[in-house]
Amino acid sequence: MYDILIIGAGICGAFLARDLSRYELRVALADRADDIACGATMANSAIIHSGHDPKPGTLKARFNLEGSRMYEGICRELGTAFRRCGAFVAAASPEEEGVLKDLLARAQGRGIPAQILGREEALLREPHLADSVRSVLDLPTTAIITPWEVAIALTEEAVLNGTDLLLGRNVTAIRREKDGFVVSAQRRDGSLETLRSRFLVDAAGVYADRIYAMAAGYSPFSITPKKGEYFVIDKEKNPLVSRVIYPTPSEKGKGVLAVPTIHGNLLIGPNSDPTPDREDLGTTAAGLAYVREKISKTVRDIPFHKVIRSFAGLRSSGSTQDFIVEEARDVPGLFLAAAIESPGLTSAPAISRYIVEELIGSHISLRPRKEYRKRQPPLVFDALSPAEKNELIRKDPAYGHMVCRCEQITEGEVLEAIRRPAGARTIKGVKKRCRPGMGRCQGGFCEPLVAEILCRETGVSLPELFYMDSQDETIKKGGENHENL
Amino acid sequence: MRTCDLVVIGGGSAGMAAAIAAREKGVKDILILERGEETGGILLQCIHNGFGLHTFGEELSGPSYAERFSDQVRSLGIAVETNALVLHLDTDRTLSYVSPRSGFVTLQARCVILAMGCRERPRGAIGIPGARPAGVWTAGAAQRYVNLDGFLPGRRVFILGSGDIGLIMARRMTLEGAKVLGVAELMPYSNGLSRNLKQCLEDFQIPLYLSHTVTDIQGRERVSAVTISQVDENRRPIPGSEKTFAVDTLLLSVGLLPENTLSEEAGIELHPRTRGPVVDEFLQATIPGVFACGNVLHVHDLVDFVTAEGKEAGEAAARFLDAGLPAGPHASVEAGEGISYCLPQRIHTQALPDSLTLSFRVLSPQRNVTLAVEKDGKCIKTLRRRVMLPAEMERLTLQREDLTGLQESLRLRIMDFSQNGRLEEG
Ligand SMILES: Cc1cc2nc3c(=O)[nH]c(=O)nc-3n(C[C@H](O)[C@H](O)[C@H](O)COP(=O)(O)OP(=O)(O)OC[C@H]3O[C@@H](n4cnc5c(N)ncnc54)[C@H](O)[C@@H]3O)c2cc1C
Ligand SMILES: Cc1cc2nc3c(=O)[nH]c(=O)nc-3n(C[C@H](O)[C@H](O)[C@H](O)COP(=O)(O)OP(=O)(O)OC[C@H]3O[C@@H](n4cnc5c(N)ncnc54)[C@H](O)[C@@H]3O)c2cc1C
Repeated sequence: MYDILIIGAGICGAFLARDLSRYELRVALADRADDIACGATMANSAIIHSGHDPKPGTLKARFNLEGSRMYEGICRELGTAFRRCGAFVAAASPEEEGVLKDLLARAQGRGIPAQILGREEALLREPHLADSVRSVLDLPTTAIITPWEVAIALTEEAVLNGTDLLLGRNVTAIRREKDGFVVSAQRRDGSLETLRSRFLVDAAGVYADRIYAMAAGYSPFSITPKKGEYFVIDKEKNPLVSRVIYPTPSEKGKGVLAVPTIHGNLLIGPNSDPTPDREDLGTTAAGLAYVREKISKTVRDIPFHKVIRSFAGLRSSGSTQDFIVEEARDVPGLFLAAAIESPGLTSAPAISRYIVEELIGSHISLRPRKEYRKRQPPLVFDALSPAEKNELIRKDPAYGHMVCRCEQITEGEVLEAIRRPAGARTIKGVKKRCRPGMGRCQGGFCEPLVAEILCRETGVSLPELFYMDSQDETIKKGGENHENL
Repeated sequence: MRTCDLVVIGGGSAGMAAAIAAREKGVKDILILERGEETGGILLQCIHNGFGLHTFGEELSGPSYAERFSDQVRSLGIAVETNALVLHLDTDRTLSYVSPRSGFVTLQARCVILAMGCRERPRGAIGIPGARPAGVWTAGAAQRYVNLDGFLPGRRVFILGSGDIGLIMARRMTLEGAKVLGVAELMPYSNGLSRNLKQCLEDFQIPLYLSHTVTDIQGRERVSAVTISQVDENRRPIPGSEKTFAVDTLLLSVGLLPENTLSEEAGIELHPRTRGPVVDEFLQATIPGVFACGNVLHVHDLVDFVTAEGKEAGEAAARFLDAGLPAGPHASVEAGEGISYCLPQRIHTQALPDSLTLSFRVLSPQRNVTLAVEKDGKCIKTLRRRVMLPAEMERLTLQREDLTGLQESLRLRIMDFSQNGRLEEG
């Protein structure tokens, strides 16, 4: 019997698990995927928005502002990357310049540093602004992170402090009993597992309404996924933009952005298309063409020939137009972090703090754990000095074996990604934790090497690793049966 | 800092041929750095026959071809460090590498030969829309799984791109028991060698869909289907022409890119077409003392030419270390109408070589055409060619008397070239 079972290991679930693990509680974090952060947390713009945008009076406005003020400290504590790169909101017409003035007033009212810059001044800082840009709203506190890195780091710390991480558990039914909930979860092999918990948190992203309905028989809100598609552009010696470039927001949302990433790539996107299918992460020719066209209104000279990848994410847009963060009205003991669309990444720490301290804290007493273990950030070979590199390779030759030529990742780092708490079990899991495959060759070189290491370390087979159902996939090695080739 | 007369980056066929040639010309202090576990490069996974017809007069498998050179490297006592990945190269020819045996090493080289080979264009680079499940691989990665790891990565396969690796993998996967449902090629002609089309597709009745591309990929965790569409003359998908194949694997053979991250960092000028270094008649890049050969310079289809190019680079490096190479002004070599690229891109005009071999490719298939060589704007030579295909590298040798007096430019072009007029019929 758990005290609290969190359903969904995205950024919200990860913050909740970490925050709850500070207390003497039995906590479990469950996700249907085989890794942490496989939902919206894996595919978004990665921006810590300053909080200038959401409509006054909404939970989005409140949690965004709080969250954006919490992030830098959290990342420092966790040892994850955080860069306050700043942002421009670009206006391309007199009407849009009017909107900028409103945004400026809104930002100032919220205590967010902001100013309007004319075209000339803006160009000095961002020479690749499009010709149509007339003026910009300068938001120096906007920042970027690597979203899944934060989610993984939080989960690691939660696991270090006793949280059970239950991956590959698809919650399919919830029954309320006197002293709590009985939750059925389907495992990858089809078997059912029963989990019991006094309290539940619904942090299930696009499925948050379904989870509610499992517990209550109906859901008072519904989620409509909205797809956002992106291009990823290769690292360049001289990055095209050094800060986030937003267009002037409209009724339809924040629009198509140019976003530098922590590792020096450039994201271009997203569009926003409602999709009925909650599993549909496919990119579309139309969506990507839209992104390409729209970005030209704010940024010029985008090197589309250097695209290394495109991807799509699903926003969990709720029927109430705002985040839903409360105790379910007709299911006492079920707490909701639902409809967490943008700016959900930014808001997650504040949402979690509120749910833990205000909502859960009003039901049970939160006694801080006596010994709280902090996470040690993983070693990054590339960041070491030559002398340190040599020392390390002498101690462990696995650090002298480069597995990924594009991002320069060593076998030692891959091994660590697998062996850490909440460690990687899949190719993507390794890629998320230490980046082989994220670079320009997209895994062409490193994937077989990473696969080999994973098989060796975890006992999984190559067919399993690549989701092949039957067992007899291996063929005879080289030589005898190949004479005609 | 450790020093070395000649560092060869990459121990594939190009690098080994270069090192051997340099040693034979008297260079003693040579180090080959190879990131793989052994020398041989891409050949080690090419277990099919078809290597070395020109060099050895017999058809060898990739590994046996490589073996001959590895043996020679060994018997000449050339130093090789394997599992050694070069991380950085600087303008002053210092470089750093890392290996489990030596750790992190910084070296000052008097002379460097770039022989890093090429990599495959991934899915992202050509922007195929659709889902992103497991089961999409470049053909070379699949080749590695099959030939080196003994793992057949799919049972029902579709292939995009008719480059040689894709064609070879169509046959390989079929022979290993997979069903290859077809190969789609964006262009109206194949990018592979004719013999591979015959031996890898026709002989196995695998359909080739010319002027087609993949327009959708389906599947959650693993590919479940791919959709192809016909494309119009602007290579845009034609709505209504979609065909869907239930497959678990999509292999991509959509082009090779010279592996020039190191060269770029060092500030070496790259050519926009070849994506390899701009070189002179000594295969010397824009940094003196740095040479390039093999797939890192331009993508080759035949290993024999790689070996020959490696030899040239090695000999030039030896001359550079010994008496030095001629310097002074140079003329540019230009790819004119119908020519995709032409190597070398520059020639020193004050010390013309006795003969000069140009390597080039055509932009599209050509039949019964005349090639013209122009020197400083005047046509000095014409040659009839019956067939020239983009998939096959062409060579043309000029003699000293052809070059005498060269000042500004040498230009190669196809006379009466029209882009679409001479497409191969059928
Ligand atoms: C295109 C796009 C751009 C965005 N840009 C930004 C931005 O720049 N800044 C910002 O602040 N926010 C942004 N967001 C919003 C932000 O990404 C999300 O709000 C945030 O990631 C949501 O986190 P989450 O934990 O609620 O959901 P998710 O990350 O989606 O996690 C939900 C988890 O629940 C699991 N789950 C679902 N159903 C079940 C079940 N039945 N059983 C078990 N597990 C289940 C899923 O597998 C998933 O892992 C963007 C979102 C999108 C889509
Ligand atoms: C699938 C395939 C089929 C082919 N079929 C035929 C055929 O049938 N007949 C034929 O004649 N030719 C064929 N070829 C062409 C020819 O064999 C190759 O083009 C040739 O072997 C390339 O040699 P290379 O030395 O330039 O490159 P590679 O063999 O790729 O060697 C480059 C080496 O450099 C190393 N390297 C790269 N970067 C670094 C670094 N930073 N530090 C250290 N080492 C590094 C690599 O590990 C590699 O070993 C084929 C090619 C391929 C890919």
